[in-house]
Amino acid sequence: MTILASSDRGRGASPALVSARNVHKAYGSQEVLTGIDLDVDTGETIVILGPSGSGKSTFLRCINHLETMQQGSIVVDGEQVGYQLRHERLYRVNSRALARQRKGIGMVFQQFNLYPHLTVLQNIIEAPVGVYGERRSEAVAHAHELLARVGLSEKSDAYPRQLSGGQQQRVAIARALAIRPKLILFDEPTSALDPELVGEVLATMKDLATQGLTMIVVTHEIGFAKEAADRVVFMDGGKIIEVGRPDEVLTNPTHPRTRAFLNRFI
Amino acid sequence: MTGIMALKDSPSSGGVRSQTSRDVLRAITPVNHLHRLGIAATLCLLAQFCWLALNNENFQWHVVLNWLFDPSVISGLYVTLGLTVVAMLLGSVIGLGLAIFRLSESRFVSAFAGIYIWFFRGTPMLVQLIFWYNLATIFPQLSISIPFGPTLASWDTNAVITPLTAAIVGLALNEAAYMAEIIRAGLLSVDRGQSEAAAAFGMTRGRALRRIIIPQAMRSIVPPTGNQLISMIKGTSLVSVIAMNDLLYSVQAVYNRTFEVVPLLMVAVIWYLAVTSILNVGQSYIERYYARGERSARSGGEARSAKQAEGVR
Repeated sequence: MTILASSDRGRGASPALVSARNVHKAYGSQEVLTGIDLDVDTGETIVILGPSGSGKSTFLRCINHLETMQQGSIVVDGEQVGYQLRHERLYRVNSRALARQRKGIGMVFQQFNLYPHLTVLQNIIEAPVGVYGERRSEAVAHAHELLARVGLSEKSDAYPRQLSGGQQQRVAIARALAIRPKLILFDEPTSALDPELVGEVLATMKDLATQGLTMIVVTHEIGFAKEAADRVVFMDGGKIIEVGRPDEVLTNPTHPRTRAFLNRFI
Repeated sequence: MTGIMALKDSPSSGGVRSQTSRDVLRAITPVNHLHRLGIAATLCLLAQFCWLALNNENFQWHVVLNWLFDPSVISGLYVTLGLTVVAMLLGSVIGLGLAIFRLSESRFVSAFAGIYIWFFRGTPMLVQLIFWYNLATIFPQLSISIPFGPTLASWDTNAVITPLTAAIVGLALNEAAYMAEIIRAGLLSVDRGQSEAAAAFGMTRGRALRRIIIPQAMRSIVPPTGNQLISMIKGTSLVSVIAMNDLLYSVQAVYNRTFEVVPLLMVAVIWYLAVTSILNVGQSYIERYYARGERSARSGGEARSAKQAEGVR
C-alpha cells in the first residue's frame, strides 16, 4: 500500500513517465536487484552505467516485463506492465493483455534481434501493421522516412544478414521508432559491435535524444552519457548508488564505487 | 611431383621467379588415380548389374510394362497418394499442436503431449492400424456425452470406422507423434532473442509463433519432414492389411490371380520411386524458399552481399 501511495503521489506532483519503486529481483538465491527507485520524466534521456553484473540490463528488462520482478512496482504511463490493479487488488495479466500493455514501448537489443527471414522494410512495418493496425501504405511511407533518418534508405530490400552490425542496429532503432513509442529502452546497443561501427549507432541515438524522445539507455559508453544524457544513473550490486546530471556524476562522483568505475575509462 | 620439386627449389633461388611460381593462382591439383579407378570400377559394376537385370527372364519386363499403367494399379497409386497427403496434413497440424503443448509452461499440458508422443511412438504402426480397424469389437458404440453424465449423440462404430477412416486416423495420429518432436526441435532451434523481440513489440504469443518463430523454425523442420513424408508414402503400404486398396494392395490383388509376383512388385517399386523422386525435387525448392535471408543459400546473394560489405568500408 505504501508503495502504491508513493507512486501515486509521484504522478500527481510531476508527470513521471516511468516510475519504479523498490524493485527487487533474484535468480534463485542470487539477488540481482535489491530495491530500485527511479522516476523518468517524459522527454528525458537516462543513461544507466555500472559494472557488469550490476543489474542494469535486468532492471531495463523489468520495465517492459521481459523479466518478472519479485517485489516492488514499475508504472509506465499509468500502466503497470504485466499486472492490473482492480479494486485495490493486483492481478497478473494474460499474454494478450500483456501484449496490449507493451504498446508504446520500443526496445533495442544488444544482439539486434532483427527478424532474419524478413527484409529491412518488413522488419520495420511488422509491428505497426500487425500489432498496431496501421494501414500498410502509411506504415511503408513511415518506414522509408525512418530509414532515411538512420541513413539506410537504400537498404530497405536487404535482408538483415546482408548488413554490417552497425547497419543492423540502426535498422533495429528504426524498427523501435516505427511504433511511434513514448519510451524506448536500449539494452547495451553497442556492446556487440566492432569498435569502428559503434560511432554510427551512437550518433543515431544522440540525434534521437535531442528530439525529445524518452530514452532509457544501458551502456558502457561514458562518452555517450556525457554528451546525450539528461541524467546518469550509476548502478552497482543491484542498487542505484548515484543519480545526477552527467557533468556532476561523471566529472565529480561522490560515491567511491562510481569513482573506481569511471577511473577505469580514463 | 612438380609440387615437391618447386618446394626444393624455392629456398635457394629466391627473387622474382620463385615469387611468381609460388602464386596459388597457377597451382595444379594432382590427379587422384585411385579415385578415378574407383569411379570406373563402380560404373562397370553398375552397368553389369543393369544388364543382368534387364536380361533376366524372371523379371518379365513385358509383364511390368503391361501392368504399369493398368487402371487398377493407377487407382491404387491415387489411394496411396491421397492417404499420404491427408494423413501427413492432419499429422502435421496435430503435431504442431502437440509441439506447442510440449513446450508449454504448464506442466500438465506438457505432460499430456509427452504421454501422447510416448504412446504413439512406442507402439508398432501395424498394431495401431489393426486396433483402429477393429475398434467396433472394443467400443460397439461411439457417442458424445458429458463425462459420467448423459449422452448427447451416438453412432454405430462400424458405420464410422471404414477401412478409409481407420487408415487415415491410424496414420495421422501416429504421424502426429513424430511430427511433434520434429516441430518441437525446430521451434527450439530459433534464437530466444526472436521471441523476446516479438514480445517486446507487443505481439501475442500466437502471433509471434505464426509470424516470427515458425517461419524461422521451418528451416530445420523441412528436411526431416521430407524424410517423414517419404517414409509415410511407404508406410501407407501397411494399410493393405486392413483391406484398403492402395498401390501395394492393388498389385497384390493382381499377382494373387496371375502369380507374376516379381514383375508386379517391380511395378509398385517403380511407382514408389517415381513419387519419392518428385518429392525430393519439391523438398529442395521448399528448402530454398525458407533459406531466404540466409546469405549462402541465396542465388546471387553472395555477390550482392560482398558488394555491400565493400560499400561499408
